[in-house]
Amino acid sequence: MPYEPVILERIAKPQPDRLEGYRADSGYAATEKTVKDKTPEQLTDLVKSSGLRGRGGAGFPTGLKWTFIPKGHPGPIYLCVNADESEPCTYNNRILMEKDPHQVLEGIVLTCHAIRSRCAYFYIRYEYGDAYRTLQGAIDELYAAEILGKDSLGTGQPLDIFLHRGAGAYICGEETGLIESLEGKRAWPRIKPPFPAVEGAFQKPTIVNNVETLACVTQIVRRGVDWFKSMGVPPDPKNPRDAGSYGPKLYTLAGHVNKPVCVELPMGISMRELVEVHGGGVWKGRKAKSVNPGGLSMGFVDVNAPLKGEDGKTEYDIPLDFNGPGKVGCLGLGTAAITVVDDQTSMVDVLHNVCQFFSHESCGQCTPCREGTGWMLKIMDRMRRGLGRREDLDVLVDVADRMGIIPGTTICGLSDGAGWPVKTAIRKFRGEFEAAIKEGARSKYAKLQMAGMH
Amino acid sequence: MGLLSEDLKSRIKAYLPRYPRKQAATLPALHLVHDEMRTVSNEAIVEIAEILELHPSEVHDAMTFYEFFKTGGENLGKNRLWVCRGLACFLRGSYELLDHCKSKLGVECGYTTADGKITLEFAECIGACDGAPACLVNDVHVMGVTPEKADALMTELRK
Ligand SMILES: Cc1cc2nc3c(=O)[nH]c(=O)nc-3n(C[C@H](O)[C@H](O)[C@H](O)COP(=O)(O)O)c2cc1C
Ligand code: SF4
Ligand code: FES
Repeated sequence: MPYEPVILERIAKPQPDRLEGYRADSGYAATEKTVKDKTPEQLTDLVKSSGLRGRGGAGFPTGLKWTFIPKGHPGPIYLCVNADESEPCTYNNRILMEKDPHQVLEGIVLTCHAIRSRCAYFYIRYEYGDAYRTLQGAIDELYAAEILGKDSLGTGQPLDIFLHRGAGAYICGEETGLIESLEGKRAWPRIKPPFPAVEGAFQKPTIVNNVETLACVTQIVRRGVDWFKSMGVPPDPKNPRDAGSYGPKLYTLAGHVNKPVCVELPMGISMRELVEVHGGGVWKGRKAKSVNPGGLSMGFVDVNAPLKGEDGKTEYDIPLDFNGPGKVGCLGLGTAAITVVDDQTSMVDVLHNVCQFFSHESCGQCTPCREGTGWMLKIMDRMRRGLGRREDLDVLVDVADRMGIIPGTTICGLSDGAGWPVKTAIRKFRGEFEAAIKEGARSKYAKLQMAGMH
Repeated sequence: MGLLSEDLKSRIKAYLPRYPRKQAATLPALHLVHDEMRTVSNEAIVEIAEILELHPSEVHDAMTFYEFFKTGGENLGKNRLWVCRGLACFLRGSYELLDHCKSKLGVECGYTTADGKITLEFAECIGACDGAPACLVNDVHVMGVTPEKADALMTELRK
């Protein structure tokens, strides 16, 4: 039986963004009950027991994060909604905000109840103008319906949601970069600890959650924990630290697929099935060479490489749950954005594109990241012009290995994300890179000079 | 006489009650000024700082972090046309598209056509990869941009 979408259930309806239709589909009913019948602790426990993990990239257990707010804090406590969605090839948050904003807003109302917040800042990237206007319309409806405002849902407590637009910088998606940007400063990520739950926006306890995470909160409250846990992958019994990968997930397909679409499926679908079935296969009748599972930061998969310990399977067959990509050396599931590279495309060009992104987006605070991303791009640029040197590949892997919060040399994870695609691409496609260097092949894109300005 | 109109100033001030600190209205203020004046001049920075009770250097410091805002005598054209160069768009022809737009408009990235109608820029992934190659016109996505579609779009924007 094909899977029936829940999070995306309403997107094809006429005017799916309007409150009236949303309420007719039982929207806000469970929330009205919950804010009256359940204490914040009970709601937090419910979300904790669902096993929901953040959809923004790090996969941190959502309910657990909420419990990090200091007990008995007098407030204010803030919720920051992370709608910066700038991880390349990711667009599921956009679809949720444009098509079903109330599902997200309902999740905000619930989360604010759970963390005792009276004010949510909804940080949305500037490029999402349509989503911004749709959300503003939906928020206006909520004030008129007194779901927001001085006496939210008749609780006697105020609740506000304010949209705040970014200005085109990837680093504003990192949670403390987001907070700095919200405060009106350069979006320089903060050294942690303190974590935002203890000291975040305006030096107050702050929870940062992704748009899709909040949509999941809405559905967990509406449909229950058992529904959520009926899907996905339970924790690995051999790994006591694994929190499992429960629930539905929005996967976005991009690149060389026939159908670049956003699909909702139970967590853990295999990459092969996602691309070949839901994405309609590789375009132009070609074959896949590499796939990027989860946004550029996660690295690359070699679809033809055998999967260790699994006879007849290749890296193409990994499950797309929180652990799957890690089994083949990738950083993780990330944003579950799946980008396919076909067998006619040069990995030199692909990696150049990746390095170009991270070098442009490094905020420049940490030397390994600022210099590392810059030098990796310089080397890739030289290689793309046919002037690569034999030692380049080792230098690239060496630089990539040393930058990031995992090796412990930088403030934030952007640099881990900059290093991972470089080292996975080179380790998995070394033969191709070596041949390109040996031949001195000049890319057809080498003449395009794009270093310049915005 | 100040540079910012009373109307613009009051639209900036309308943001202040949202935040516990006035500084948080920096980005909203910059957007309002930039949208209307097509640049954020030093005089504008001074006036924004006055409203937000900041030193002008604080506003300038935040603003220059985002390469988004034009300043220092540079102006935006009537429309901004961003061509996405992110991976998904690159894989579907965006480098060629950017080249096409450059030669059609006769400008490099970051520059404005002589008639002041279009400022051409590149963008990192704009989150419209389901419509790659994609463009952003001001803040609205245009999906599946073929060279023909780009030509029609540019003609429209130059009207
Ligand atoms: C460089 C960088 C960029 C990020 N961009 C985003 C983003 O655009 N959206 C997002 O939700 N999380 C992003 N994150 C992750 C956030 O820091 C944070 O973990 C997340 O918003 C928490 O929400 P969640 O627990 O609901 O996933 C980014 C992290 C890094 C290191
Ligand atoms: S790791 Fe990179 S992006 Fe993150 S704070 Fe350091 S320099 Fe900035
Ligand atoms: S790569 Fe162009 S919109 Fe995502």
